Amino acid sequence: MSQVNRLSQGGRIDRSRQLHFTFNGKPYVGYAGDTLASALLANGIDIVNRSFKYSRPRGIVAAGAEEPNAIVQLGSSEATQVPNVRATQQALYEGLTARSTNGWPNVQRDLMGMVGKLSGTFMPPGFYYKTFMAPASLWMTYEKYIRKSAGLGRSPTEPDPDSYDHINQHCDVLVIGAGPAGLAAAVTAARNGARVILCDEQEEMGGSLLDSRELIDDSPAVQWVDRVIDELAAMDNVTLLPRTTANGYHDHNFVTLHERCTEHLADSAPASGSRRQARSRMHRVRASQVVLATGAHERPLVYANNDVPGNLLAGAVSTYIRRYGVAPGQKLVLSATNDHAYRAALDWREAGREVVAIVDARANPQGDLVAKARTLGIPIITESAVIEAKGAERVSGARVAKIDATRFTVAGEVEELACDTIASSGGYSPVIHLSSHTGTRPTWRDDILGFVPGEVKGLTSVGGARGVYPLDDVIRDGIDGGRQATQAAGLDANAVTGLVPQVSAREDGAACALYQVPHLKPSMRAPKQFVDLQNDVTAAGIELATREGFESIEHVKRYTAMGFGTDQGKLGNINGMAIAARCLHRSIPEVGTTVFRPNYTPVTFGAIVGRHCRDLFDPERYTALHQWHVEQGAEFEDVGQWKRPWYFPRTVNGKKETLHEAVARECLAVRERVGILDASTLGKIDIQGADAREFLGRVYTNKWAKLAPGRVRYGLMCKDDGMLMDDGTTSCLGENHFLMTTTTGGAAGVMEWLELWHQTEWPELDVYFTSVTDHWATMTVTGPDARKLLAELTDIDLDKEQFKFMDWREGTVAGVPARVFRISFTGELAYEINVQANYAMHVWTALFKHGEKYDLTPYGTETMHVLRAEKGLIIVGQDTDGSVTPEDLGMQWAIGYDKPYSWIGKRALSRSDTRRTDRKQFVGLKPKDPKVVLEEGAQIVFDPNQSIPMSMVGHVTSSYYSPTLGHGFALAVVKGGHERMGETVYLPMVDGKVHEAEIVSPVFLDPKGERQNV
Amino acid sequence: MQRYSGFGLVKHALSHHENWQRQWRNPTPKKEYDVIIVGGGGHGLATAYYLAKEHGITNVAVIEKGWLGGGNTARNTTIVRSNYLWDEAAALYEHSMKLWEGLSQDLNYNVMFSQRGVLNLGHTLQDMRDIQRRVNANRLNGIDSQVLDAKGVQELVPIMDCSKGARYPVMGASWQPRAGVARHDAVAWGFARGADARGVDILQQTEVTGFKILDGRIVGVHTNRGDIGAKTVGCVAAGNSGVLAKMAGFNLPLESHPLQALVSEPLKPILDTVVMSNHVHGYISQSDKGDLVIGAGIDGYLGYGQRGSYSTVEHTLQAIVEMFPIFSRVRMNRQWGGIVDTCPDACPILSATPVKGLFFNCGWGTGGFKATPGSGHVFAASLAKGEMHPIAAPFSIDRFHTGALVDEHGAAGVAH
Ligand SMILES: Cc1cc2nc3c(=O)[nH]c(=O)nc-3n(C[C@H](O)[C@H](O)[C@H](O)COP(=O)(O)OP(=O)(O)OC[C@H]3O[C@@H](n4cnc5c(N)ncnc54)[C@H](O)[C@@H]3O)c2cc1C
Repeated sequence: MSQVNRLSQGGRIDRSRQLHFTFNGKPYVGYAGDTLASALLANGIDIVNRSFKYSRPRGIVAAGAEEPNAIVQLGSSEATQVPNVRATQQALYEGLTARSTNGWPNVQRDLMGMVGKLSGTFMPPGFYYKTFMAPASLWMTYEKYIRKSAGLGRSPTEPDPDSYDHINQHCDVLVIGAGPAGLAAAVTAARNGARVILCDEQEEMGGSLLDSRELIDDSPAVQWVDRVIDELAAMDNVTLLPRTTANGYHDHNFVTLHERCTEHLADSAPASGSRRQARSRMHRVRASQVVLATGAHERPLVYANNDVPGNLLAGAVSTYIRRYGVAPGQKLVLSATNDHAYRAALDWREAGREVVAIVDARANPQGDLVAKARTLGIPIITESAVIEAKGAERVSGARVAKIDATRFTVAGEVEELACDTIASSGGYSPVIHLSSHTGTRPTWRDDILGFVPGEVKGLTSVGGARGVYPLDDVIRDGIDGGRQATQAAGLDANAVTGLVPQVSAREDGAACALYQVPHLKPSMRAPKQFVDLQNDVTAAGIELATREGFESIEHVKRYTAMGFGTDQGKLGNINGMAIAARCLHRSIPEVGTTVFRPNYTPVTFGAIVGRHCRDLFDPERYTALHQWHVEQGAEFEDVGQWKRPWYFPRTVNGKKETLHEAVARECLAVRERVGILDASTLGKIDIQGADAREFLGRVYTNKWAKLAPGRVRYGLMCKDDGMLMDDGTTSCLGENHFLMTTTTGGAAGVMEWLELWHQTEWPELDVYFTSVTDHWATMTVTGPDARKLLAELTDIDLDKEQFKFMDWREGTVAGVPARVFRISFTGELAYEINVQANYAMHVWTALFKHGEKYDLTPYGTETMHVLRAEKGLIIVGQDTDGSVTPEDLGMQWAIGYDKPYSWIGKRALSRSDTRRTDRKQFVGLKPKDPKVVLEEGAQIVFDPNQSIPMSMVGHVTSSYYSPTLGHGFALAVVKGGHERMGETVYLPMVDGKVHEAEIVSPVFLDPKGERQNV
Repeated sequence: MQRYSGFGLVKHALSHHENWQRQWRNPTPKKEYDVIIVGGGGHGLATAYYLAKEHGITNVAVIEKGWLGGGNTARNTTIVRSNYLWDEAAALYEHSMKLWEGLSQDLNYNVMFSQRGVLNLGHTLQDMRDIQRRVNANRLNGIDSQVLDAKGVQELVPIMDCSKGARYPVMGASWQPRAGVARHDAVAWGFARGADARGVDILQQTEVTGFKILDGRIVGVHTNRGDIGAKTVGCVAAGNSGVLAKMAGFNLPLESHPLQALVSEPLKPILDTVVMSNHVHGYISQSDKGDLVIGAGIDGYLGYGQRGSYSTVEHTLQAIVEMFPIFSRVRMNRQWGGIVDTCPDACPILSATPVKGLFFNCGWGTGGFKATPGSGHVFAASLAKGEMHPIAAPFSIDRFHTGALVDEHGAAGVAH
């Protein structure tokens, strides 16, 4: 059985190129130019899926983005699976592999369908809110089964082999949709010199003209399409983007265009040359003007069993016949409310198939197409509609009756017509989705029975998208819109004119309003009349929702799930609103629409992510010495975006040191000899200007008025709530010139903070900030032998009287210009050598060459943490958490309450809560058991015997084993801790142990600070 | 009130579902109520429900400018957890958690509270310290909470990339088994139905446009449907709270930001816990319908338009694909936004105000859905008594004067 429904001629397919594909494991053949849907129909496949809730067999309904049923799983390998592909929008390619997303054991013989049939009546909308409540303990079990039946396709379980590109674009006029209106608009704008982007979601540009019967300039309309596209393609100021969907329309005419570069070729992007192409490309377009030429979607009629395979949209029937050379059946009944739909019957007849009847809801249809149908002798049954489809797995007949739409009743005898296909058309809904993304509400127009886009600045809608349907009007509307947009973009739009082609005029009669077709039985008792096929929402469901008090359309949507599918209600929403309106005795505009949101059609995560994943997810920052650290086998720690050496394990006797072994060794090296740390990651901000000093006084808590050139000071920075946000040293480089250092993680935040206060609060201050973090490499040489080592390499006088603690000097180190700062974060004698970053490796290796005799030892962040903790020096973010004031830290000495001008945080520090004496204060903890290293984050209580919930009085912020002290020690915050020295606290742990510790000073080593002053 | 049950469902099926009653009325406003709640979101409706149920105060109106439950209640990603760091916050959210655990039965409405557990991932040493601190605090507060290492995380979520190859490899997580998700709409509807059944008038499409204040005391509200009197008014208006406070003549320390969320197309079950990462900055769960429900942080700017910027969506999905590389080919169906009222300390405001009889319940920001029953419960008690319930007391607006903030910023993970 091959291509049983393929017509012997016609269509825009290439019959010379056969393409092989499989569906549900069976091989089939189609042609180049087919969509997966047209190829399935050509091969006579009726059932493409099972429905979500009732598991009913479903076939293809539409030919475009509005298709709710033909949702397939694509992909020939695990890594290239794509869930939920709409077969109507998927070009066929050689080797395409597709499966239905539902149906067990398969779509043809589906067991769930039996369950669906039996239990369907017990599953009205919202049924799950009303049951599964007892017993409470069983809900998780019920839910497991509910979840089992959820979902359409499945996620791949292997990583994506493809990559995705982003590109930023600007243009004068972005035209979305390349049907007659869009083409006319684009060519008008382009001829007048506008930079134009024209995109269309389909494989080919041309829109409705690709299957139209009309003549333009006396030849088939597609020839006009070809001419216009040729002209556009030749223009430098035009970018043509086929296979490109405008997905999101954001503020200020920012539109995302998703170009599917390779999805029509294979599951996975083919290689071009040695490089794999990007699977898709996201154009992020900022358009001066947007022209919306997205056309209209046809509405199906809602009648009983309208979901049985063989029920299609009238327009889709025409598209399949004229564009793909496929007639999806033998005997057609058309149920329509408008002239345009008659095309389906005419095309069907011209394809040599039988039109059983056209059932028209109007009393006296009159237009040209109606006349043509009459001439061909097609029976037209007026004031009637198909009220019910017959058949189970394929339509076998149509029950037709006279109806009274206003009274919503069947008004005559029911006649059953044998047929295998029912096409229906209830009119057209402009594709307003994109305009709605901007937040604007669409407006209902009774004359066209549809919503049109609301007003959006910078947007012009043309053609079907605003309810203009006759072809000659559409083209004229496109030209006008193109001209308007060009003008609005600031260009002369009358430079070139004279485009209007001759269109064969056609008279269409007026359409009538019909959404749900009445049945002999009331909706609640009639066979299911589907509104939203993907979510199995029926007219009865909507009626039930309104009966239960869900009166807002948003409530109806949420209670029934109408419009929640992957088609986002493109097919069913207007019908659903009309039904809700009828039930509520309101008009459609009174009921209103739900809000459409991006995406217009679903977009692969990868396409949105682009290259910003894996290594490029967040830049990795390396210091100038990184390679050396790698070669030494350092373990790294992520600090902000930086990779910092955490520790440098050595291999001793063939065994690699553990963290603790390495850290113990590194600590002792610093305390006993000399160690070196790559401190380049600390933030550095160069601050200059006549008011630089004043500015420092306002952002730091301490005083800066007297800091002389050559001197360095430690400063604390608070947020306006008085809580510590960052700390670091700032050096006076000259009277109006300072170098501020920040924590590694806080660098960018501090920079923004300074700019924020300068720009918004104190713009009058003359001060400038430059981030120089990357310009300098910083090497901390620290330990008793630091001076001896550095002396071998520098021309700076290191004499302890000449170059004191908290001084800085300029000179050379290893022959390279350097700034050397005598500051210490270890409590030992220390010099921080700053050199231009690209000299760092030279200086570093020179230090090691000379340092060998001192056993110069590189150390990482972990050792740094231990050494500073032994000295009670804080790390912001570890020992503080945004709820700690400088006074809580015992740093009253760093607060200048009497500075003449106020400073950030000062006011907050005088609030009653910040003045409390029982605040959590920074202390040291000495575990009673010297072997114990407390857990960082352990909570502290005064009374270990209380029951849960316990009254917690603080927590451990830092905790280590100190090889120098020979015992574990910790830093902590404890309620009123400063006044509790010597008291015992308790730490109840998860394993049931309760540790005891004594509150002590946080300075465990060298309390007088003699070692750093030698 | 018509009771719901499986048996009832069968009975109604036999009568073709033609006899279901309204879940709530559509009443005309009375001249005066004992209590008016402004804002018919989950919190406002819960307040009304508990006022009626627990305090016998039934002459109550909930005034909602749009459709009930249509604010952030309808827009959130429904994560429910109580593993907050500070005692005050933990008490509030755990109070709520206990109510969640019996809520479907209490409301006779299945809110589909699904205790599938929440993971808060740690990717740095400091993340892990913070996690240990929070878990220790939770444990001593009687809240279920555990620290997992990377292996433990991988066992729970086999499809996540827990390898060292990740940009920020997973080092571990906190894990709250009782946490989970619930069906947001059902929460609003369940409370609405329960409140309505006890006599509360839910006035939809009714907007409060001003307050009637006499000698520093509230006496009623102005609305687009006329004035309505009340001795006590509770404002529960989320992103619009700042606007309402201004109408009453004072300021609140709130910023209203867009917060976005997005969903994939429905997929067969693949992820059965909630995964949140503060550091990589995104979070994800899978709904009973099969959608991956995804979110991240707020948009930086202030605004009232219920949509956000595309760059936030990009960053969010980058984080998700970083954690779950296998989702790269999954497709995003829809995005949306709500307006969240953020407080300087990432904690709510439950408070009396300078106007006597006027109370505010707001500032829940990005994370108030989980508090819905608890917030309503303690706020109702506060309105009934005229003074704040002990669990609510630490969240008064006085704290912004005294400085007694409950700062959950550093600790709350992604603050949902
Ligand atoms: C995208 C997103 C994701 C989120 N994710 C989570 C999450 O995972 N977990 C979590 O716990 N929380 C989350 N939240 C936060 C949560 O949604 C909110 O904190 C919570 O729902 C607030 O409930 P509410 O009832 O106070 O507010 P809302 O539901 O917003 O209700 C306030 C109501 O007040 C009405 N109103 C306002 N002004 C007036 C007026 N003048 N007159 C009358 N009525 C008025 C509004 O129309 C609205 O209905 C998220 C929020 C968003 C936006």
